[in-house]
Amino acid sequence: MDISELYRLAERGRSRRKPFRIRCCMAAGCQSSGAIAVKQVLADALSAAGLNDKVELCSVGCLRFCGHGPMIATDPDEALYERVTPENACSILGALNGESSMAPRCDGNQPFFADQLPIVLENSGQIDPSRIEDYIAVGGYESLYQVLYDLTPAETVAAITQSGLRGRGGGGYPTGLKWSTVAKMSGDQKYVICNADEGDPGAFMDRSVLESDPHRVLEGMAISGYAIGASHGFIYVRAEYPLAIQRLQKAIQQAKRYGLLGSQIFDAGFDFKIDIRIGAGAFVCGEETALIHSIEGRRGNPRPRPPYPAESGLWGCPTLINNVETFANITPIIRNGPDWFRNIGTAGSAGTKVFALTGKVQNTGLIEVPMGTTLRRIVEAMGGGVTEGRVKAVQTGGPSGGCIPAQFFDTPVDYESLQKLGTIMGSGGMIVMDDNTSMVEIAQFYMEFCREESCGKCVPCRAGTVQLHELLSKIVNHQATVVDLEHLEALCQMVQEMSLCGLGQSAPNPVLSTLRYFRDEYLARLKPSMLEEVGHHVR
Amino acid sequence: MSVNTLKIDGQDIAVEEGATILQAAREAKIPIPTLCYLEGVSPAAACRMCLVEVKGSPKLLPACHTAALEGMEVSTNTPKLQSFRRMNMELLFAEGNHVCAVCVANGNCELQDLAIRVGMDHSRFAYRFPDRKVDMSHPQFGIDHNRCILCTRCVRVCDEIEGAHVWDVAQRGEHCFIVSGMNQPWGKVDACTSCGKCVDACPTGAIFRKGSTIGEKERDREKLSFLVTAREKQQWTR
Amino acid sequence: MDKIRFATVWLAGCSGCHMSFLDLDEWLIELAQQVDVVYSPVGSDIKTYPENVDVCLVEGGVANEDNLELLLMVRRRTKTLISFGDCAVTANVPAMRNMLGGAEPVLKRGYLELADTAPQLPHAPGIVPELLDQVLPVHQVVPVEIYMPGCPPPADRIQAVLEPLLRGETPVMEGRDMIKFG
Repeated sequence: MDISELYRLAERGRSRRKPFRIRCCMAAGCQSSGAIAVKQVLADALSAAGLNDKVELCSVGCLRFCGHGPMIATDPDEALYERVTPENACSILGALNGESSMAPRCDGNQPFFADQLPIVLENSGQIDPSRIEDYIAVGGYESLYQVLYDLTPAETVAAITQSGLRGRGGGGYPTGLKWSTVAKMSGDQKYVICNADEGDPGAFMDRSVLESDPHRVLEGMAISGYAIGASHGFIYVRAEYPLAIQRLQKAIQQAKRYGLLGSQIFDAGFDFKIDIRIGAGAFVCGEETALIHSIEGRRGNPRPRPPYPAESGLWGCPTLINNVETFANITPIIRNGPDWFRNIGTAGSAGTKVFALTGKVQNTGLIEVPMGTTLRRIVEAMGGGVTEGRVKAVQTGGPSGGCIPAQFFDTPVDYESLQKLGTIMGSGGMIVMDDNTSMVEIAQFYMEFCREESCGKCVPCRAGTVQLHELLSKIVNHQATVVDLEHLEALCQMVQEMSLCGLGQSAPNPVLSTLRYFRDEYLARLKPSMLEEVGHHVR
Repeated sequence: MSVNTLKIDGQDIAVEEGATILQAAREAKIPIPTLCYLEGVSPAAACRMCLVEVKGSPKLLPACHTAALEGMEVSTNTPKLQSFRRMNMELLFAEGNHVCAVCVANGNCELQDLAIRVGMDHSRFAYRFPDRKVDMSHPQFGIDHNRCILCTRCVRVCDEIEGAHVWDVAQRGEHCFIVSGMNQPWGKVDACTSCGKCVDACPTGAIFRKGSTIGEKERDREKLSFLVTAREKQQWTR
Repeated sequence: MDKIRFATVWLAGCSGCHMSFLDLDEWLIELAQQVDVVYSPVGSDIKTYPENVDVCLVEGGVANEDNLELLLMVRRRTKTLISFGDCAVTANVPAMRNMLGGAEPVLKRGYLELADTAPQLPHAPGIVPELLDQVLPVHQVVPVEIYMPGCPPPADRIQAVLEPLLRGETPVMEGRDMIKFG
C-alpha cells in the first residue's frame, strides 16, 4: 500500500455512493432494541421496490440518541428517525420522496445534537464500522501516512504534547508527557496498550467508539507506536463487549489485508501489529498494572507503582497505556494540527469529552461536547432535564467519582473544576439523579460495587470496602448511630490513603462526596445512640 | 557500589544503592511494622502495615517496596500512620476468625504481636464470622483458613524458594482464599514436597504442623533467608 | 468519700475471667476495703443488678436473651463498663458458633444431630433463655469505656486496670501486659 493507492481507495469509496442513503444504527444499544429486524425489513422493501441502485442501506455506528433506539438517519435530507419498528420502517422509504413518514421523526436540531462537537465521534453514525473502505473514504489512515513520511517520532510526540491532549480514561495525565516518557526509555522492545476495559456502571463511551469507528483507534495506536518506537500493540477489551470485539477483529483483519497494519506499513520501514486480549470480567483489570498482569496471563492483581508501566510494563518492557478515547483523538490532531485541537475546550483541558448521559434524564445517550461546557448545558439543555421532579445531582467518574449537586451546575466540565468539587472527570459516565434519589443509597450502591470488584490483594480495600459497605447498609436501614458515622468517615480516609491501587484509593469517593453535599440525608437516617436512648452520659 | 544518604525519623542514614526504605530503617534499628514482608522472598506490598510518609510524596509509600533515595525524608510513625495501622489491624481481626485462645500460634503470632504494637484493644468494626474451611488432608501439616490473613507469604516461599508453586490465591475480594494445587485438598497435590517452608513462613496459625496444640507453634524463620543466601551468594552460614 | 460501688457480671463465657479475678488473692482483701461489691457471681448474693454502680467488669459475649437483658440493665446503671476478657471484647470462643450461620443450625447440630438418645430441641420459655442468632462482643451492643482483653486476663492485668480506677484515674491500655489477646 502506498499513498496513491490509499487515495484511489478513498475516491472509489466516495464515488460508490448512491443518491440516497439510509443509515441504520447498529451499535449495541439499538441492536438490543430491535435494529436488526428493522434493517431487514428495509432491505426487503428496497429489493421489492427495485430501489437498490438508488438507495444505499448501510449499517453505521452510534447515532447518539440511545434511549430512543432503534435510530435511523437518511441522506441527503439528514432526517433522523427514532423508535423505528419493523411496522413503520418502510414509510421511511416514502419519506425519501417527500411523503410523510409513519416512523417518529427525531429533531436533529435540538440541543442534544446541536450542542455536540464531534471529533472522537466524527465518523460515528456516518460510516459502516465493518468496512475499512468507508473509513478510508473519509480520510482514514492518511494521518498515519502523514506521520510516517512527514514527521519524526520526536515530532509526533511533540505534536501530541502541543495539542494539550490529556488522558481520557479518568486521570487526565498529559498524553504527550506519557508518550515522551516511553519514547525516551531505552530498550528494543516496547509495547502499546489500548485500555478498553470500560467498567464504570452507566458508562458506554468506549464501547460506542469501538463499535462505531474501530479503525480510528487502530490508527491512533499505530501512530503512537511509531512515536514511541513500539511495533506491537494490544487492545485489552472486556468480554462483556462482544460486538466491539467482533468489529475490532474485523477491522484488524482488514487493516492487515491492506497493509495498514503488519510489516512495512506504507513502505516506510515501520512495523506495527495489534492483538486483542479479552478480559474475564474483573473491573480491577482497568487499573493499568492489573491489566498488564492480565495480558501476561497472570492473575489480574495490581502492583505498587513506581515503577510505572512507562518504565517497566508488559513483560518488564516500557509500555504506553492509553484509553480508547485518547487514541481516538490522535488522528484528528495529526490531521488538523495540534493548535486546532488546543483551541477547542479550555486552557487546561483541551479538546472535547464524550459522555454517556444516563439516569433520570429525558434524553439518554452519547454526547461529545467541548471541555468547559457547563453541567447545566449538558443536563438541562442537552439532556432535557429529569423525567419528573427536579434535578438533584449528577454523578461522574463512576465508583471512583462523586456527586455534584445542582447548585454547582454552572461549573464548566474540565479536569480541575470537577476535582475541586470532590469528583473526577472519570472516563465519561454521567448519571443524572432526581430529587427522589437517596444519596446514601447511591453511596451504598457504589460501595457494594467496589466491595465485589476488589481484587483482595491489599487489606484496606479487601476488608475496608466490606466494612464501609456494611456501615452504609446500617445507615440505610436506620440501624446506625452517630458513632457508626464517625467510624465510616475515619475508615473512608484510611482506605483512601492506604489502599494499593486506584480502585481502593478512590472507593470512598462517592461516600465522601455525598457526605460533603448531602450530609443531612445521612443524619436523617441515624438512630439515637444507646447512651442517648437511656439518657445516660458517660465521661 | 554507590551509597545514598537519607533521613528516617530525623536520623541520618547511609545505605547501599538499591536498598529499600525498610532495609535502611532496619539497619538503623528503626522499627517499621510489617506483616506480608518476608526476608528472602519478593515484597508484595499487600498488607500496607509498612506504609510510611515521605516528604514531597502526596501518597503513603510501602517501605518494603520503595527504594531509599538520596535526600529522602521519611517519617515512619506519625499519628496518622499510627491511627491507620491500628484501623488496618482491626480490619484484619474483623475479617477472619481469629480466636487467639484456641490457636496453635497463641503467644507466637505476628498478627497478635502487631495488634499489641499498634495498641488494638478491640475492633471498632463488626466481626464478619466468615464460613471458612480447614484442610487436614496433608499427612504432616494442616491449613486453617479461618486464621489466614492472605499475606501470600506461603505462596511466595513455595514459588520462589522451593519452586513448587503449590499455593496461589483463588477468588477475589472478601472471597479470596489460599488455594492448593488446582483447588485440590493439600494432601492430593503432587507438587508439594512437604518441605514445610510455608509453615515456617506463615505469620499466624493458619498453616501449622499437625499434632501441635495451642500455643505450641514455633517457626524456623531464619531457614528461609538462609536458603536464599546459600543459593544466591553460595554462603552456607546461619 | 463514698466507697466505689463495684460489680462483676458473667454473660456468655466460661467464668475463667472470674476465676482469674479470684487469682488476685490477697489483693482482693485490699480491694474489698476500697469498694462496695454490689453485684457479682463470685462476691455477692444480690440477685438484681442495682442502680448507681461505679465500675463493672463484664465477662462474656452476648449470646442469649438473658445476656442481652442483663447487659442493657448494666449499661443503664453503670458509670464505667469494662469489657472483661476476650469473650466480652471479641465474642471469642462462644462466637465460633456464628460461623454456622444462626441459632437454629447450632441447636439442630447440638441437640438433634449429635444427640445420643432422645434428640429434642430445648424449649422452656421463661426458664431457658432463647439464643440470639449471633453471639456479639459487648461493645457491639452497648458502649464500653475500657477494654481488657485476655483469655483470661491475668490477675496482674486486672489489678493494673482496677488500681488507677480506684484512684479516679483511667488505666493506660497499652503493651503486651495489658492488651494481649488469648
